[in-house]
Amino acid sequence: MAGRAQPVQQEHPLALRPSAATVGVVGWLRQKLFSSPLNAALTFLALYILYLVIPPLVRWAFIDADWVGSTREACRREGACWVFIRVWFERLMYGLYPREEIWRINAGYGLLVGAGALLVVPRFPWKHWVGVFLLVVYPVIAFYLFVGGSLTVSLVTLAVILALIGGTAVRLAPAFRDRAWIAGWRRAYPVFALGALAWLALGERLLGSAPLTVSVHLWPMVETRLWGGLFLTLVIAAVGIVGSLPLGILLALGRRSELPVVRGICVAFIEVWRGVPLITVLFMASNMFPLFMPEGVNFDKLLRALLGVTIFASAYMAEVVRGGLQAIPKGQYEAAEALGLGYWRTMGLVVLPQALKIVIPGIVNNFIGLFKDTTLVLIIGLFDFLGMAQAAASNANWLGFAIEGYVFTGFGFWLFCFGMSRYSQHLERALHTGR
Amino acid sequence: MVEAGRAPAARSPVSSEVMIEMRNVHKWFGAFHVLRDVSLTVHRGERIVICGPSGSGKSTLIRCINRLEDHQRGRIVVDGTELTGNLKHIEKIRSEVGIVFQQFNLFPHLTVLENLALAPIWVRRLPRREAEETAMKYLERVRIPEQARKYPAQLSGGQQQRVAIARALCMNPKIMLFDEPTSALDPEMIKEVLDVMVELAESGMTMLVVTHEMGFARTVAHRMMFMDEGQIVEDSPPEEFFSRPRSERTKLFLSQILRH
Ligand SMILES: Nc1ncnc2c1ncn2[C@@H]1O[C@H](COP(=O)(O)OP(=O)(O)OP(=O)(O)O)[C@@H](O)[C@H]1O
Ligand SMILES: [Mg+2]
Repeated sequence: MAGRAQPVQQEHPLALRPSAATVGVVGWLRQKLFSSPLNAALTFLALYILYLVIPPLVRWAFIDADWVGSTREACRREGACWVFIRVWFERLMYGLYPREEIWRINAGYGLLVGAGALLVVPRFPWKHWVGVFLLVVYPVIAFYLFVGGSLTVSLVTLAVILALIGGTAVRLAPAFRDRAWIAGWRRAYPVFALGALAWLALGERLLGSAPLTVSVHLWPMVETRLWGGLFLTLVIAAVGIVGSLPLGILLALGRRSELPVVRGICVAFIEVWRGVPLITVLFMASNMFPLFMPEGVNFDKLLRALLGVTIFASAYMAEVVRGGLQAIPKGQYEAAEALGLGYWRTMGLVVLPQALKIVIPGIVNNFIGLFKDTTLVLIIGLFDFLGMAQAAASNANWLGFAIEGYVFTGFGFWLFCFGMSRYSQHLERALHTGR
Repeated sequence: MVEAGRAPAARSPVSSEVMIEMRNVHKWFGAFHVLRDVSLTVHRGERIVICGPSGSGKSTLIRCINRLEDHQRGRIVVDGTELTGNLKHIEKIRSEVGIVFQQFNLFPHLTVLENLALAPIWVRRLPRREAEETAMKYLERVRIPEQARKYPAQLSGGQQQRVAIARALCMNPKIMLFDEPTSALDPEMIKEVLDVMVELAESGMTMLVVTHEMGFARTVAHRMMFMDEGQIVEDSPPEEFFSRPRSERTKLFLSQILRH
């Protein structure tokens, strides 16, 4: 800057400048905190309350707290004893998952975060494929990572599954729509899909054995009863969130359907599940459900809880989505249908994108509620993040540290929920197109 | 708005091919009898302007033609296909009949270009590039190619209605229906929309237009219709319609509408 001639800023003699009383720190204070005697009084009251609360809290959590050590004896000072959290950290994060297998969970997290980061990168060209990976491939990988054990598959069946996925993708993907051969494929597709499904359903039974089997055994199986801590919380929340949104959308569409049978089924489904507390649902799933199953069928307890949570959350989701659908003017449906789009394309291309955008706050609100409701799985004997903290605090060696446990898990829950809330606000801004 | 004295010679010839045939159509909303025994034949290239008092069933009539409303009695045949509950037929007819609404009904979450290309891509199965080229062609025809990347909310009413017209044209329709396309517009924007419609008329499009813009009607209409209480009361060429209407109700209506 030094050597360059700066144009002289000529101030117009009559230029108006805001008076000092309305700008800067003083101005802000005046306008926001002391604009009237009542406001001034409230400001002082708030300051006094903060004075009462903050210093002791800081003293307890930081200044007088114990940070180092590995036994109960390290807790000697007056404040919080974070040694408790440090000692139990692994359990709080992973439950009883075997220590030497924990890398599998971390690998699952890493893969998820890596793929998720690609989605956030602006203008990343293959976002669609990352989305497909996250929704289709990732669950399979994560399932085998987390569960593990021996997997015996027939190569033929595997090939059929891959062909079915690939063929369907080609049939639907916009990228192939311009090709000359696509019309032929479109005609052949129903036969192909039916054949593939028939093979999957009956093929092995007809042959009497699975042809060309291979066994995969990359790492040992970890039973779901060993899963716990934040890991379990995240699994339940993720499955509930990913499952309840599409199911909720279908239920909401069904509830507004013109077909009385479809509408009736959807209304009944929604009202039944909304009318029952989640605790009851979980309890039934865990204790009653096995009574109705045939002898010898062992349905994993976690799986039952996942089903219960997903179905329960989808009923709420349906009502949120329905609110969005009702906000879309009739003219939008009419314009879409008048163009020949038909029901599903009208919904998928015109109505749902707008309706879902309107109800993002409601949807995320549901997600947050769901995330916190996962703590209820404790009553069916699954130890989630909070459950693990309670278990740790009732360990005979560590009695009396429940508060640290609650503060730590509370902070953990808050981090995730706050993150979701911020992301929803970001989405709302990003999708805003006026109107 | 549009100069009334434009030569009727601008009217392209009407072919004898029948595009729309309505025979003794009745429609009820609950117990309310909206369309009472409506019969109507529209030939290819013919332009019909429909007017009438509020609530007389004009919108309902043209919405029956692409089955946004269903009729309960009578027959409606559009381009050789009869409208029944058959969804295949309905979708075929809808992709051949364009409609422009009073409230534009553009899709607010899509850009102008995406609004235009949506149906060609998903209904006609055109490649995206081709659909967007067609879309740009029609945007130029309605004289707003520079707005292609904007969202509808960023456009004026007149511009939005021209986008809506272009969106319907992108499907390459054989028939265009207009339901009071200028009634929601400020006066200074009406002309830009009517100009586009006059051009469309000159290109030989079959058009059914519900409007009270009588200057426009005089310029382009082959036939004028007056509707009242669910019936077509008057159906005559514009010269006759304006100078010697047959029914008393038409006379009364015209005297009210032409007074100002
Ligand atoms: N969905 C509906 N349900 C019940 N009644 C309706 C419905 N749509 C229209 N109507 C009634 O049918 C009659 C005709 O309506 P229509 O919209 O066709 O009239 P219009 O001639 O277009 O009137 P305007 O000039 O006000 O648009 C009106 O009395 C209206 O109240
Ligand atoms: Mg109307």
